[in-house]
Amino acid sequence: MKRVYVNEKWCLGCHLCEYNCAFANSGYDDMVKALKDQKIHPRIRVEEGDGVCFAVSCRHCEEPLCVKSCITGALSIQDGVIHVDQDKCVGCYTCVLVCPYGAVMPSPDGHAIQKCELCLTNSSGEPACVKGCPNQAIVFEER
Amino acid sequence: MNYVIIGNSAAAVGCVEGIRSVDKTGGITVISSEPYHVYSRPLISYLIYGKTDEQRMKYRPDDFYTKNKVTPLLGVTVTKVDYEGKQVLLDNGSSVAFDKLLFATGSSPFVPPMPGLDEVKQKFTFMKLDDAKRLSEALRPETRVLIIGAGLIGLKCAEGIRSKVKSISVVDMAPRILPSILDETGAAIMQKHIEANGVTFFLNNSVAQFHQNSAELKNGGTVEFDVLVLAVGVRPNTKLAAEIGCKVNKGILSDNRCATNLKDVYAAGDCSESFDITEQQYRVLALWPNAYMQGETAGIDMAGGDKSYEKAIPMNAIGFFGLHIITAGSYYGDAYISRTEDTYKKLVTRDNLLKGFILIGEVERAGIYTSLIREETPLDTVDFELIKDKPQLMAFAAPERAVKLGGAGK
Repeated sequence: MKRVYVNEKWCLGCHLCEYNCAFANSGYDDMVKALKDQKIHPRIRVEEGDGVCFAVSCRHCEEPLCVKSCITGALSIQDGVIHVDQDKCVGCYTCVLVCPYGAVMPSPDGHAIQKCELCLTNSSGEPACVKGCPNQAIVFEER
Repeated sequence: MNYVIIGNSAAAVGCVEGIRSVDKTGGITVISSEPYHVYSRPLISYLIYGKTDEQRMKYRPDDFYTKNKVTPLLGVTVTKVDYEGKQVLLDNGSSVAFDKLLFATGSSPFVPPMPGLDEVKQKFTFMKLDDAKRLSEALRPETRVLIIGAGLIGLKCAEGIRSKVKSISVVDMAPRILPSILDETGAAIMQKHIEANGVTFFLNNSVAQFHQNSAELKNGGTVEFDVLVLAVGVRPNTKLAAEIGCKVNKGILSDNRCATNLKDVYAAGDCSESFDITEQQYRVLALWPNAYMQGETAGIDMAGGDKSYEKAIPMNAIGFFGLHIITAGSYYGDAYISRTEDTYKKLVTRDNLLKGFILIGEVERAGIYTSLIREETPLDTVDFELIKDKPQLMAFAAPERAVKLGGAGK
């Protein structure tokens, strides 16, 4: 299955992936309307350290601990993609407790969780983070 | 091949999905006393609160049994297992034959004898959907509620009903709340927060004498109430298994494949014991994720596959009135503590390993900590100073990150 992979040495730490993610999942078709003066809550997050940076998003594990641990059944595997039904989720954060990548996070209102779903359910249709990455530091491919 | 699963919750679903990953055709029968499609018991407090409903509480979609070719026998109770005859006997007089059997019988509320308890008319336990429905019907805006037990069940109940009732008092023998998951400092933070939301605690205390609408406390004073909730603790349901000769300690003993000492008989979930790698001992880990993963392991092995469950640890994610707690592992060892007004973090290390942690308020990315415990990652292979500050993948060496994020080694 195609997944988002990180080429760490190419990451510039520009955070564009975070903005593109927030925009793609905002429901707006205008980036300015979606992001201007907003605190963004992207599902991909850039870690920055001493001369190293890289983006982290859901790995869509083949043996997903989050899905196995979900107490509500809100998390499920749909054709290999880990999907969350935010209407079922009660925000207990058991998935936050078990995700080894720290890639599942509370949604902005705290009442459910949110995570990368590879932009398959939003208007982007393909991972917006990858599409907008200027340096191929994240790629969407089979490995 | 005929598989019979006694129980219809997390371990049972894990078992069904485990079996079906190996065996697409064998007959599976799921038997439960409760007449409901599989639902999530931990959600009953959210149901009363109004954050979910019976449809959304379903743990798997409506077509779960059909899709997995499962025969559900719901509202039917197993009265006896005939191990020699390889069948289970039901309270409706019929029987079901099995080749492989799973005990996923869960646990039941434990109600210790308390003087005068019989005088109390409106008393409830809080574990199942029917408990929640009965309790909900008894609540009025003027109702005063007394909860015995300041553990996870009692306090989740308190949160769920708080906006529906006049007052809530909680009595517990322990000196602090949530003693199974929190240390003194963490418990004090949570207690203050829960009190601020209108719950009154009587700790280090117990009921000396119940009357119909009041409880005399051991340390003096009386609590008036209209409705009593008993949430002292739970006990694994082991009777059926013990009767046929399964070894039972506190829970049914099973190995890391969830097999019991009897051939073709397995046990998973709250009725069984798991090997806790942080305490290096078998114990009942009555936790939803643990139940699912034990059940899945059992199912795969019952169907002839090869699966072993070796990374069990105690762990909890729970919130009360908007304040979240995530904990895991054991708290014996050297502690690193960091505290602000609204947050608490405790990391416990021993023998070059992270053994446990408590996070209150700030819980983001806690799974990176949990993973260090589960995988028993030697701390001298990661940058522990970074980890102390916050959970992050930056703390791992670059080659390890290439595996985690770059798909290396696939």
